[in-house]
Amino acid sequence: MNTLRMGLGRVGIELKQFFRDKESAVFNFLLPMILLVIFGSVFGGQELGQSGITFSQYFVAGMIASGILYTSFQNLAISIPMEREDGTLKRLQGTPMPRAAFFIGKIGMVFVAYIAQVTILIAVGVLFFGIDLPTTPFAIFTFVWVSVLGLIAWTLLGIAYSVVPKQGRGAAALVSPVVLVLQFTSGVFFVFNDLPQWMQNFASLFPLKWLTQAMRSVFLPDTAAAMEVNGSFELGLTALVLVIWIILGAILATVFFRWTPRGKS
Amino acid sequence: MSSTPVITATDVTKNYGDFTALAGVSIHMDSGECLAILGPNGAGKTTLTEILEGYRERDGGQASVLGVDPSRPTAAWKAKLGIVLQNATDMADLTVSETIKHFARYYPSPADPDQVMTAVGLTEKADSRNGKLSGGQRRRLDVALGIIGNPEVLFLDEPTTGFDPEARREFWVLIERLKSNGTTILLTTHYLDEAQYLADRVAVIARGRIVAQGAPDSIGHRGDAIVTWTEAGQEQSQSTTTPTIFVQELSARFDGEIPHLAIRRASLEDAYLELIAQDRQTNGGDAA
Repeated sequence: MNTLRMGLGRVGIELKQFFRDKESAVFNFLLPMILLVIFGSVFGGQELGQSGITFSQYFVAGMIASGILYTSFQNLAISIPMEREDGTLKRLQGTPMPRAAFFIGKIGMVFVAYIAQVTILIAVGVLFFGIDLPTTPFAIFTFVWVSVLGLIAWTLLGIAYSVVPKQGRGAAALVSPVVLVLQFTSGVFFVFNDLPQWMQNFASLFPLKWLTQAMRSVFLPDTAAAMEVNGSFELGLTALVLVIWIILGAILATVFFRWTPRGKS
Repeated sequence: MSSTPVITATDVTKNYGDFTALAGVSIHMDSGECLAILGPNGAGKTTLTEILEGYRERDGGQASVLGVDPSRPTAAWKAKLGIVLQNATDMADLTVSETIKHFARYYPSPADPDQVMTAVGLTEKADSRNGKLSGGQRRRLDVALGIIGNPEVLFLDEPTTGFDPEARREFWVLIERLKSNGTTILLTTHYLDEAQYLADRVAVIARGRIVAQGAPDSIGHRGDAIVTWTEAGQEQSQSTTTPTIFVQELSARFDGEIPHLAIRRASLEDAYLELIAQDRQTNGGDAA
């Protein structure tokens, strides 16, 4: 199929641009690893209560979940406004390339970038912070479906959010606060259970909280479930929340996505 | 040459809020023709071009490009067009060769990427990042992407802005070669020498209206002669269709030699400037 062939061609082009653009490579790809090493080292072996789990292990799981956000949402919500401004989207519109091929390219780039990033994050986590590699088929299956649903949801939300920055320049300033607030409230930088109730309620509305929780079920021992708010990793509810956000993201992306800058028809 | 026009626009109108960008523009182009659209900034050149390229919706009138209404673009139709937009800076991190080869994939019967790279003179820059190219090289890459699909119609929107004179000459040679292959070319430009060199016909647009249309040598008062001389310490100039009689009359006013007398044919630039000045005078009241 032509669209698929062109879409796969775009995956390669997108990846080249993702890794060659220094700002994008540092901000979307290296930053999570830097944060992992810094936070993991500072809070190192602090045990969380009597759980036998260290904060760094807890944090690694949260950063793996954040990797989904960095490579999809943050990446697209910053790069698409730039492409809208510098003429990339306009140029593509003037070619016979089907529009679907553009989105296939973006989705493919996000998946490949995530796989590369998560591989490194897991390697660092295993080597330096003592997280467990998932060994049971159930845990591996959980990791795969949580990653896939999470990436789809955040990719759609990144495409939708790409209309918020009016200009390519400064897009990062409108995107990274969203990412940071969600990380602080969703159990990445702090233990979710320790957060005030209202903050927990707020974070529960968004997918990141459920992604961190699910990733903890994959990378932490089963006993860690006792530290969760409801004493369980709530995987069924996680799947439900992610599917709802995928539907919502698809609607938002379809309604709001623009090929041209605002004010130009 | 085919008798069915490749491009027709009839009474095309476009408004942006209160501003009338196009107030009823009509043009037509035959196969293999090069039409240059001339006009001041804000006259409507880019609006007209982008309506024909399928980027903008027109508010009124009819338009057809290769038999298709550009407000209803299809992939098969776009495959026959080549579009070179104004000043692009996109895809800075890809190399020239990667970019051209990638865009070739979008078209059903593309040109050979290496040949296109040679044609635009970028072979030596094949492995350079697009972001590292000079302004002229970057523009040649834009043209390469415009012609990679073997287009029947090529749109060039101010293609040589920022070129040095030598680069502009080289660019003209490239466009001439495309013309000789039968490509229909719609060019907008600020450079009248460029229009004179490349265009079979020019259309002068001012305030969203075509004020003159025709061969570059026949537009406006191009048949006129321009007589210049110095009188009362000031340079004088007169445009006339009867320069011999005018100079005879003039010589009667002077005792012998007419100071700094020169007679030349009106250039496209003279004709253009006169048309724009006339338009300002006749329509000066109705717009800013």
